[in-house]
Amino acid sequence: MLGLAADRLRADMNRLLAFLFHQGILDEQFLQLQQLQDESSPNFVSEVVNIYFHESEKLLRSLRSLLMDREFSDYNKMGIHLNQFMGSSSSIGANRIRNVCVAFRAASEQNNRAGCLRALELLEHEYCFLKNKLHELFQIQQQRVLAAGVRYPMQNI
Amino acid sequence: MGPKLKQSYHHSVTVKVNEQMGTKRGYTFIQANRAWLPKFLLLWVMVMAFLSTWIYKKMDADNKVRRKEVLSSMCDQRARMLQDQFSVSVNHVHALAILVSTFHYYKDPSAIDQETFAEYTARTAFERPLLSGVAYAERVKHSEREKFERQHGWTIKTMKREPSPIRDEYAPVIFSQETVSYIESLDMMSGEEDRENILRARATGKAVLTSPFRLLGSHHLGVVLTFPVYKSKLPPKPSVEERIEATAGYLGGAFDVESLVENLLGQLAGNQAILVNVYDITNSSDHLIMYGHQNQDGDLALLHESKLDFGDPFRKHQMICRYHQKAPTSWTALTTAFLFFVICLLVGYILYGAAIHIVKVEDDFHEMQELMVRAEAADVAKSQFLATVSHEIRTPMNGILGMLALLLDTDLSSTQRDYAQTAQVCGKALITLINEVLDRAKIEAGKLELETVPFDLRSILDDVLSLFSEKSRNKGLELAVFVSDKVPEMVMGDPGRFRQIITNLVGNSVKFTERGHIFVKVHVAENPKPKDDAKAEIRLNGGSDEGALISGSRQFNTLSGYEAADERNSWDSFQHLVTAEALRNDASEKMTVAGEASRSVTLMVSVEDTGIGIPLIAQDRVFTPFMQADSSTSRNYGGTGIGLSITKCLVELMGGHISFISRPQVGSTFSFTTVFGRCKKASHSDTKKSNAEDLPSGFRGLKAIVVDGKPVRAAVTRYHLKRLGMLVEVANNVKIAASACGKNGSSCGSKIQPDIVLVEKDSWLSGEDGCLSLRMLDLKQNGHVFKLPKMILLATNITNAELEKAKAAGFADTTIMKPLRASMVAACLQQVLGTGKSLPGKGILNGSSVLGSLLCGKRILVVDDNMVNRRVAAGALKKFGAAVECAESGKAALKLLQLPHSFDACFMDIQMPEMDGFEATRRIRMLESQANEQMNGDTNKGSGKKDKWHLPILAMTADVILATYDECLKCGMDGYVSKPFEEENLYQAVAKFFKTKPISDS
Repeated sequence: MLGLAADRLRADMNRLLAFLFHQGILDEQFLQLQQLQDESSPNFVSEVVNIYFHESEKLLRSLRSLLMDREFSDYNKMGIHLNQFMGSSSSIGANRIRNVCVAFRAASEQNNRAGCLRALELLEHEYCFLKNKLHELFQIQQQRVLAAGVRYPMQNI
Repeated sequence: MGPKLKQSYHHSVTVKVNEQMGTKRGYTFIQANRAWLPKFLLLWVMVMAFLSTWIYKKMDADNKVRRKEVLSSMCDQRARMLQDQFSVSVNHVHALAILVSTFHYYKDPSAIDQETFAEYTARTAFERPLLSGVAYAERVKHSEREKFERQHGWTIKTMKREPSPIRDEYAPVIFSQETVSYIESLDMMSGEEDRENILRARATGKAVLTSPFRLLGSHHLGVVLTFPVYKSKLPPKPSVEERIEATAGYLGGAFDVESLVENLLGQLAGNQAILVNVYDITNSSDHLIMYGHQNQDGDLALLHESKLDFGDPFRKHQMICRYHQKAPTSWTALTTAFLFFVICLLVGYILYGAAIHIVKVEDDFHEMQELMVRAEAADVAKSQFLATVSHEIRTPMNGILGMLALLLDTDLSSTQRDYAQTAQVCGKALITLINEVLDRAKIEAGKLELETVPFDLRSILDDVLSLFSEKSRNKGLELAVFVSDKVPEMVMGDPGRFRQIITNLVGNSVKFTERGHIFVKVHVAENPKPKDDAKAEIRLNGGSDEGALISGSRQFNTLSGYEAADERNSWDSFQHLVTAEALRNDASEKMTVAGEASRSVTLMVSVEDTGIGIPLIAQDRVFTPFMQADSSTSRNYGGTGIGLSITKCLVELMGGHISFISRPQVGSTFSFTTVFGRCKKASHSDTKKSNAEDLPSGFRGLKAIVVDGKPVRAAVTRYHLKRLGMLVEVANNVKIAASACGKNGSSCGSKIQPDIVLVEKDSWLSGEDGCLSLRMLDLKQNGHVFKLPKMILLATNITNAELEKAKAAGFADTTIMKPLRASMVAACLQQVLGTGKSLPGKGILNGSSVLGSLLCGKRILVVDDNMVNRRVAAGALKKFGAAVECAESGKAALKLLQLPHSFDACFMDIQMPEMDGFEATRRIRMLESQANEQMNGDTNKGSGKKDKWHLPILAMTADVILATYDECLKCGMDGYVSKPFEEENLYQAVAKFFKTKPISDS
């Protein structure tokens, strides 16, 4: 019973990961990240990803406020934000977000406000999607850890 | 990036096309007016038709004028003649009248009677050719009628031969020419015309003509001419009455106009052509015809009138001439005009045709040009597309491979594992293929850039060989490499691409060879002898039969004894090369001086195999992409056939040339040249450590004997041992080797005392093994030998039984499995000689364990403004055992790095707000140099603990562009790692200083 649950969780996780890879939402960098996680830092991935979420939300907020400003002209600052966003996204392997960032940056370099707004919408969408999926992933992972850790049969979810 | 690139590319293509179009504007006149061409032709034809009609008309008019002139001249001529003749006759009749008056009336008695008159007139008839006859009628008044009738004895008769009725006057004929004797005694006054004529004649006293009428006797038309004869001489200006009074008679003559004119015209030329009519036009409203038919056809359009004057002012006559026939159509004019038209038509058509042709050719030319541009564009687009697509495929493929790797980590049943592994192998093969396609596309798109870094050619060849050693061993192939001593140790070039070329060629050879050997040989290309080469090539590529026949019976002097396609690699030439090198080694100093002088070195690399060879038909398309010898090849051996074409491209990029010689069922030899730069000595020592695997130096000066029956193979073995610094002797067989050892034994090492004896398996099996081992045992027992030579067996593949046997025979020490590699030989020798532990063994270590050992315990500072990146970098470094500290900006880093500090390395992000990585590094270096200066001051006091402050700083950057790298170095960084971290990349960067440090310390 116990083994079965663990197996299923593992299969679920793999399926989810496969989906994320297949859709191009994540790339191999995420695997690299996972490989960095070992006994000495068991929560490394979720830790990093949480930092990522935290930072990204800040960035998204400031991007939005920059764009919403009526006398908006500070494309330079936006570029810095976007570079940050891109850097952290590529670090965790969030491939699709990175791609959107590239487009966003291209739009900002051309001072194309409409394009920037569109890209921001897309970015927010992608970000939410990724966040949900990663939360899901971590949930499964947690359950797995629990299932592996506890000595008594875990109730099925 | 992809679409953008494509777009800009597309743009450039359109620009190109437009440029091409621009050249089209240089239209010729013909091209510009192409639509008008048929109209031009039509116009031309019309103009020419008009012109020819005009010509015809002109000529026709000329003709007509001439005709008219001819007609008028002919007509006038006829009229004149007629008139002349007529007047001659009239004159003669006049003379007759005078004769009659003279001799009939003035003489008394009359001198003329009928007889005389008849005779005279008959004899003078030639004078009056126009007159049918003349007669004289006397004027007789009614009162004198009876007297007259009595005198002559006949009555006066009318024209109708009846006795004349009573009239005032009579004019009976008394004299007549014989031709008209029938009118004698006829009263001339009884005929209407005659009477009128007579009256008019005596009134005027001149010759008078009647209007034409049918003459008596003949029924021809004629006129009668009447002259009055007077009795007495007339006063000078007589009145009409006086004339009438004086009239004595009338002389008349009949003109037979019809026959006369006929006669006359008959005498003239061209009388057939024209038609002549003579009219009496006294009565202008009613023309009386005198000659010719009233209703005659003939050319009514053209006529000519000529006046005739017959001497009678009362009567008017006219001659009208016509042509008999209508004017003939003038064939000359017609033909001329027609020919002119035809010629012009033809000329026009030819011009038109030429113009059309020019237009067509120009059109075709433009079309071709456009097509060419399009084809070129398509070609470039294809390459671009390939590059893009391959690149795009790689990304998902990495995902697939990653997932497969994950999958393999899970618990799988053996079948599932098998499936997954198969999928992974396939995926890897696919990635390789995609990489190849990408390479090719890159080369075609001109995007492939070659590196120029120093590298060790020999170690690369060893690497490639080790890659294939497993396969070749399984197949039982001899795989060997030989690099001539002249080839510099380090060369400048692209090691990766060179490796790719060699891997491709050797891989092909391994794939297609089932027995025999594969031999890679590198030497410096000297001035080749083109004649010999060409000859050899012809012979080798063409005459395969000869070789095949002999091959059964002959042992070839090649590596494995099998025949090779290119005999230049056989021992004969090879020996030449080796001995030449040996000679040169003596004068090596000179050589190196000469060698260094030139900047680059051209290497000749050949890969020889004894495989199935390439069919003669397929030989010329070997380098065409996706072409294999035939379709069965890919079935039997797999592969896409792109490898060789890439190889060719790469070789050409490296400034070389590739060629091959192949004989079916014998083997192929691919040889190519490349140009590498020579390394400067200075850079040599630095780069060597990082790039080349170090060969242990512990074997320097050891002496070895190689026992091998095959000289080529022995040379290869010697080459590898020489690289380890050993002195090598070659013995042909065991006996010679043994004797050499024996001598040594007896003379106590005066000459060569071998430390190692390497025996090829073949030589050992063929030679008298007992002999050698016995001798060896002898030596051992005698105990003279200070050091027993170590016995080593060289084998490609060996069975367990053989191994046992070998051990028994005295090869207890070790067996080296081929292919030989210097490092492997070194490892084996270490084992044998027992020096292994003292020497730092390397090359076995690889991957993360190395990284771990390198980084373990080091304190590393990570500077990045991005918290996520910081965390990931820290995580990665921590995993390798490093103690990591983080700083979120350049300023924070500077604070942490105030001297003295205990950090061993620093990873620095380049793009940071406020102070970027470059600036931070510059400042750090400044601090360090200040500190170092101070220290130098301190060293005088004698506290030289550390020589210098120099913190290794590595840049972290997302874009790995060369320019960035240059800038990194410029501001004092030591290297760079790409973000996100990759293990290998990290290792390479870190290894540079953490590895070199202990060496420099020790």
